[in-house]
Amino acid sequence: MTTAAAPAAVIRVTVPPRTLRSELRAIKIVFRRELIRFRNDRLRIVTSLVQPLLFLFVLGSGLQQLSQFGTHGVALTTFIYPGVLCITVMFTAMFSAASIVWDREFGFLREMMVAPVRRSSIVIGKCLGGAAVASLQGLILIALAGAVHVPYDPLLLLGIFGLQLLLAFSITAFGVMVAIRIKQIQAFMGVMQMIVMPMFFISGALFPVSGLPGWLGFLNRIDPLTYAVDPMRRLVFGHLDLSAPARAALDPGVTWWGWHLPALLEVAVVFALGLVMLAIAIWEFNATE
Amino acid sequence: MNDHAQAIEVADLRKSYGDIEAVCGVSFAVAPGEIFGFLGPNGAGKTTTINMLCTLARPTSGSARVAGHDVVTERDDVRRHIGLVFQEQTLDGYLTAEQNLRMHAELYGVDSGLVAGRMRQVLEMVGLWERRATQVMTFSGGMKRRLEIARGFLHSPRVLFLDEPTIGLDPQTRSSIWRYIRALQRAEEITIFMTTHYMDEAEFCDRIAIMDKGQIVVLDTPAVLKAQVGADRVTIHTADDDAAVAALAERFGIDAQIAEGAVTFYVPSGEEFVPRLFAELGVPIVSVSVARPTLDDVFMAHTGSTIRDAEDSSTSARNKMVMKAMSGSRS
Repeated sequence: MTTAAAPAAVIRVTVPPRTLRSELRAIKIVFRRELIRFRNDRLRIVTSLVQPLLFLFVLGSGLQQLSQFGTHGVALTTFIYPGVLCITVMFTAMFSAASIVWDREFGFLREMMVAPVRRSSIVIGKCLGGAAVASLQGLILIALAGAVHVPYDPLLLLGIFGLQLLLAFSITAFGVMVAIRIKQIQAFMGVMQMIVMPMFFISGALFPVSGLPGWLGFLNRIDPLTYAVDPMRRLVFGHLDLSAPARAALDPGVTWWGWHLPALLEVAVVFALGLVMLAIAIWEFNATE
Repeated sequence: MNDHAQAIEVADLRKSYGDIEAVCGVSFAVAPGEIFGFLGPNGAGKTTTINMLCTLARPTSGSARVAGHDVVTERDDVRRHIGLVFQEQTLDGYLTAEQNLRMHAELYGVDSGLVAGRMRQVLEMVGLWERRATQVMTFSGGMKRRLEIARGFLHSPRVLFLDEPTIGLDPQTRSSIWRYIRALQRAEEITIFMTTHYMDEAEFCDRIAIMDKGQIVVLDTPAVLKAQVGADRVTIHTADDDAAVAALAERFGIDAQIAEGAVTFYVPSGEEFVPRLFAELGVPIVSVSVARPTLDDVFMAHTGSTIRDAEDSSTSARNKMVMKAMSGSRS
């Protein structure tokens, strides 16, 4: 087989010099790889849903008894639903970013690093792919809206998906930025525990952000996730029929020295942070030998 | 580009990691179409050299041109014209064989119209066409290696680098891998630069350079190198090796070495020497063997140790230091 047929019909291909088009092709294939891997890895789809569902249904339903008065009759699951929408995306996006560490450990990163493409194309493809995968995961949580008394309003669902996409992009960029410096998957998981869990708890995903003790209020305002959870909650609560006191207690909005941040500004903060971290990730990746 | 240019030209190439010099000034040239082997124990500096030629590591000093392009100033041009098979496995196990190759073709910007035909061709050459839709994680070590070799050839490189292509494979798989490499090399008319620490594999090369402690000790065809040893290798097991070495030096003027638990030395026409040995050595001999020179002997003649001993002792300690320095410097 190897000796007979080979010489006559060798197809010769050439590798053209780098162009914008070839960079876009590289971004596309790195992006597609994330999607293919996600599709092939059904276990991951299930496992990364466990935590958000625990928070939503176990913690939410369990603490309901204690919080009857505080929530003015709103189910606690409904209250924490926007926060859970955010953390689902966050956990999945972090997992996507972790694949850079896997790729390094299992050698595939080298295959990408020696290709005649810009390192930035690889990082951008990775971030977009991670964002897409995390948002797909988020769809499952969006589908559960009815179970927590949130209406299936097309505009609302579209808005949620858009916010998830944005958050997923920023978090993946953040994760990639961290992952590039780390060589072992265990170390990455450790760092994630150190960063992700505090970010999640402080963000206000599980509590209203007004009237917090001073130190917690301060931490909350410097937690980037706060600026993703708040617009998500405003969006969802905007489509709920609530009494004025309930709205004031549960959806107070984020303030800076008494000034209410507009939702658009919060979204812009998340996007800007994502871009900055993407830039840092690219810079770091370029400096890697 | 000049048609008469060498496929690889290296002049006084050096690489240091901190205080440790991994490659201490190597120079050589490889002609187009040649299979050129870098031979030496682990830690001799082979992989570091290959990394510099592949633009994965920047030389500390010296210069290298691959496929007519400078590895430092024309990095992308070098990358477009080389294929790589790394020592460690670099496939994505979650993807199928075909998806791995497709990913490579897209990253290298291979003309979309030709990709499918070319992929089929390289997959058939390594006997994996039937398995193209299988996830790579289910492949055996030998199949993964063959797929990596197919991938290295996929974009029709001018020079293919193989870093220890058969490491960790069983002898049967090793020889089948070599059949594939040779068949591909003939069909594609490309230059192959490879490293190995299996002496028998060096026989596949047109020329070999023996590397030890960051330097090229000798460079020539396998046949010439073996002829240079010019003597048969005699290995004896004795009751007292140290006494035997002393006796050999004293009575026959032979410089013998103890390696791998036996006394080894070289004499012209070994068979005729054996009767004298028994008669005059004065140390009881347990067993004796005489062999025509092999590349192992070439290595021994030039470095004073067998390749296995060299790996076990100081060199591997040095290797660990280099590895440590490397992992420290590249974040």
